[in-house]
Amino acid sequence: METFLSYFQKYNWDDIKFKINNISPDEVKRTLDKRKKSLEDFLFLLSPAAAVFLPEMANHSQLLTRQRFGKTIQLFAPLYLSNECQNICTYCGFSLDNKIKRKTLSNMELLLEAAELKSRGIDHVLLVSGEANHKVGVEYFLNAVRLLKPLFSNISLEVQPLDENEYQLLNEAGVHAILVYQETYHQEVYKQYHPKGKKSNFEYRLETPDRIGRSKMHKIGLGVLLGLEDWRVDSFFNALHLDYLQKKYWQTRYTVSFPRLRPAEGVIQPNYEITDKELLQLICAYRIWNPDLELSISTRESEVFRNYIIRFGVTSMSAASKTNPGGYVVDSQSLEQFEISDERSVADMITVIQNVGYEAVLKDWESIL
Amino acid sequence: MNNKLKIADKIFDSRLFLGTGKFGDLIQMQQAITVSGSELVTVALRRVDVKQSKQQNIIHYLQETKVNLLPNTSGARTAEEAVMLAEMGREAMETNWVKLEIHPDPRYLMPDPIETLLAAEKLVKSGFVVLPYIHADPVLCKRLEEVGTAAVMPLAAPIGSNKGLRTIDFLEIIIEQCHVPVIVDAGLGAPSDAAKAMELGADAVLVNTAIAVANNPIEMALAFKEAVIAGRRAFESGVPQIRHYAEPSSPLDTFLF
Repeated sequence: METFLSYFQKYNWDDIKFKINNISPDEVKRTLDKRKKSLEDFLFLLSPAAAVFLPEMANHSQLLTRQRFGKTIQLFAPLYLSNECQNICTYCGFSLDNKIKRKTLSNMELLLEAAELKSRGIDHVLLVSGEANHKVGVEYFLNAVRLLKPLFSNISLEVQPLDENEYQLLNEAGVHAILVYQETYHQEVYKQYHPKGKKSNFEYRLETPDRIGRSKMHKIGLGVLLGLEDWRVDSFFNALHLDYLQKKYWQTRYTVSFPRLRPAEGVIQPNYEITDKELLQLICAYRIWNPDLELSISTRESEVFRNYIIRFGVTSMSAASKTNPGGYVVDSQSLEQFEISDERSVADMITVIQNVGYEAVLKDWESIL
Repeated sequence: MNNKLKIADKIFDSRLFLGTGKFGDLIQMQQAITVSGSELVTVALRRVDVKQSKQQNIIHYLQETKVNLLPNTSGARTAEEAVMLAEMGREAMETNWVKLEIHPDPRYLMPDPIETLLAAEKLVKSGFVVLPYIHADPVLCKRLEEVGTAAVMPLAAPIGSNKGLRTIDFLEIIIEQCHVPVIVDAGLGAPSDAAKAMELGADAVLVNTAIAVANNPIEMALAFKEAVIAGRRAFESGVPQIRHYAEPSSPLDTFLF
């Protein structure tokens, strides 16, 4: 069966890196003037040479986003189910070798956490876990979805890669979206950051969106962990992946997240930093290349950056997140995956969004779909 | 203009219908609806939360305007999903009117003609007043009319594109052939596009992005209102035919012969 792997193998990391770093301002300018943008144009927009065009790119990104999505921002919140994990990921707080107290929510705890989110007005929820297939596998997720389905209009999952039949079961249970980030598309570097556990299988992870696509899930979320490798090259590969998926699984919507490495207990510092300005460039590049993509920003980012980015291309934001299982009410002291930066409440975020002339949308899906 | 628009059992003075998405501010949306004079606005069922009456709840703001609500099935990818949504909307919003939207393609939101026809037939049989959003396909319009839809809503251009009447040749055929009202939907970017559609003989137009995303949505709503009135007035007065040769204003024939 054809998957993204065969496309991916046609490209060489170093060739792309060389190309990105040797683009001229003239090439960027020509790209900006083109009506339809190709994947190569995305590469130009990502380049260091495009940095001087940032004001123009931001303006363009704003107009395209308004036209396609209106002046709206969808708000959601993560709900961490478990911090059990059998993987070693050297940047993550849940890593197997991190000696911490592990927690998996019981049914009652899950409902208590959900009730807290509902009381804040949250209607789109993202369920998150580490990778511990024996304890927190597809049966656990199906049970959680069944319990939460009456409460939320929209349930998404960000959990370990699963098999196609498992995605089908989740789809039938009413899951709207699956988010799975490749972390980095640099195969050797990937192995260094993920030395142990099922996650160390680069190719299985790379083919995950194909399995989700075949299950006919409504939405697939992609992303790279910004800071592991050169963000420009990684983002190009992420876009290559999207381009392939959009053509192949054409009934599916796509969303991109921009996780920047954040401090967490017992983890490494990023090797490749991406500045606020560069992150803005990246978001604008995605928007200009692909006006229909949903772009999402989490509470990893600072208040200042989040206030600013509302108007320049993103379409959804998390609010008042806790990244530890039970973090909202059940066990606020359990270990978190990473520290959040923006701690403002849902009500405050609604006001912030309104103050820049946008509408905060809490419900934009119907649970029967 | 005494010629009122009748769709199913309802009579409309205004031939401008509005969409309610993309507004940055729900109060602004309310004001735009009010000044537009529109009597029918469509709202995505997936945005409606009937359980809560909250500040961010779009339905609360729409109900305040007293305008007729036309729930739509946007988000549905199949006939089955659209029928489920429509039934939910009928119960929740207490109306049997539905704008049938089935777009399995989430990028350009192109309507699926096959699923739309299937769903339309089912919904009509279960007592709905069905207004289907479709391509400007004259044959499909006739097929929909045959299964009993109350109107047809062909697109002028890709939704949200503001490109204007790109499908004009097909819209003209649809307007000529249809017995049910023709509402030109999607892609109208400027009041002049709406006026043009009305001059062609469209029974109504539906506008959303061009108003919601304008710098001043309220003024833009007013501009569309005026354009639709002007276009309709011109149509009813008999818009002169375009000639491909010169025709003097004072004909010579009586003088010569």
